[in-house]
Amino acid sequence: MKPVAFDFVRAESLEEALAALAEGGEDAKPIAGGQSLVPALNMRLVRPTLLVDLNRAGLDGIEANGEVRIGATARQAAVERDPRAHPLLREALPFVGHYVTRNRGTVGGSVAHADGSAEIPVCLAALDGTIVIAGPTGRREVAPPDFFVTHYLTTLHAGELVVATVWPQAAPGEGWAFEELALRAGDYALSMVAVVLRRDGGAARDVRVVAGAVTDRPTLLVEAAAALEGVEVTAAAASAAGAAAAASVEPPGSIHASCDYLRSITATLVERAALRAWARSA
Amino acid sequence: MTEISLTVNGRAVHETVEPRLLLTDFLRHRLGLTGTHVGCEHGVCGSCTVHVDGAAVRGCCMLAVQADGSTVETVESLAGDALLSPLQDAFKRHHALQCGFCTPGILMAVVDFVDHYPDPSRAAVEDMLSGHLCRCTGYAPIVDAILDYTASTSASPSGRST
Repeated sequence: MKPVAFDFVRAESLEEALAALAEGGEDAKPIAGGQSLVPALNMRLVRPTLLVDLNRAGLDGIEANGEVRIGATARQAAVERDPRAHPLLREALPFVGHYVTRNRGTVGGSVAHADGSAEIPVCLAALDGTIVIAGPTGRREVAPPDFFVTHYLTTLHAGELVVATVWPQAAPGEGWAFEELALRAGDYALSMVAVVLRRDGGAARDVRVVAGAVTDRPTLLVEAAAALEGVEVTAAAASAAGAAAAASVEPPGSIHASCDYLRSITATLVERAALRAWARSA
Repeated sequence: MTEISLTVNGRAVHETVEPRLLLTDFLRHRLGLTGTHVGCEHGVCGSCTVHVDGAAVRGCCMLAVQADGSTVETVESLAGDALLSPLQDAFKRHHALQCGFCTPGILMAVVDFVDHYPDPSRAAVEDMLSGHLCRCTGYAPIVDAILDYTASTSASPSGRST
C-alpha cells in the first residue's frame, strides 16, 4: 500500500496555498493533518497529481474574542486541551479517531472532509458555528447547513480552502451534551448526538438537537428539539424527544446494526444528551 | 525528488526523497531504524507511532517530506545509553509484550500521553490504547505496566532514561 507519485508543495502562507491549488487544477489536493487523506492515498483511493501542504501556512491559530476562531490546521489535540474552546466540542473531541491521530488531525480538515460520521461537524452544526472559506475570488462565510451536502461532499468550490471555523463561547444558562456509540473506542460511530439548550426559568429554550452517523451529514432533528422546546426537561420529555429523533432518521442498516437498532440507539443518545444538557444548564 | 533535512534521534539527517515516501518507510528503509513497525498503513493499528516535534503521530499517515525541518524520535531513542527506559522496564516486569510487534508504537504513544496526563485512570489508559492493536499479548498486562510506570515516583516526565 503506497501512494501514487505526486508533486508536493509546502505552502508557507494562505496565498501560496491558494496559488498552488489554482495552478494544480482539478487533480491538486490540499493536505492538513492527513489522518483521512494519507490512508486514502496509501490505498490509492485518491490519486492526486499535486499535494499542497497547509501545515506551515500559518492557519493553526486559536483566537478567543467573544467567539472562538479556530484556524483550520489547529490540531484536534490542541483544541481538546484548550479551555477557550466550547465545552461541547471539547466533550466530543475524545471520540475523534484515537489519541495519537488527534495529535495530527485538524479541526478544519475534519470539517472539509465532511465524513458523515465525523464528530466535529455535528458540534459545529449544533452550536450554529460558521465556516470561513478563502478562495481565488476572496473570502466567504457559510453556515453548516449550507456547507455539508452529503458524505465527503461540501459546497466548497474548486480552489477554495476552509481557513477557519468560528464557534460561540458557552453562555450562562446554556446546557450542552455530546453522546456517541461505537462498537469499539475510536471506531466510526454507529450514532452520535449533540444537544444544546438554554434554561429560561423552568423551561428549555433555543433547543438544538443534531445527529450524525445515522445521516449523511450533520442533521438538525427539528421534531426532537420541538419536544423539548418550552418545557422542563424531565425524563418523560427526554424520552419523547428520543422517540421523535428515532422517527425522523432512516439510517441504512449494515452488518453491524439494522436500521431499527440504529434508530433505537439514536433515541437513547438523544434522551441521555437532553438530560445531561438540562442538568448542566442549571 | 525533494531534499529534506531533519533531526532523527538526535542525529542530523539530509536525504533526497520522493514526495510519496511515507515517514515510516523513510525511517525503516533509508535510515535502518526498524524499531518502527509497519502494520496496517492506514492509521488504525498504531504500530508505526513515532514522535514528530514532541508529539506522537502515525508514521504511516505522514509523508517524509512533511517532516522536513522537524525533530523525529523513534523507539530507538527511548533508552538513551541505558538498556531500557523506565517505561520499557515496566513492560518487561509485567510481561507486557509477547511478539513485540505493537510494542514500539505503544511505548511512543505512552510517553506522549503521560506528558499530558501524568496520573491517568485505568479507563483513560484503556481508551488511549484503543488506537493500538495488540493481537497476542493481551491488553491487561500492558495496562498494568503503564499504570505501574505512571505510579512510580522514579518515572522521569519524558519517559526516557535520564
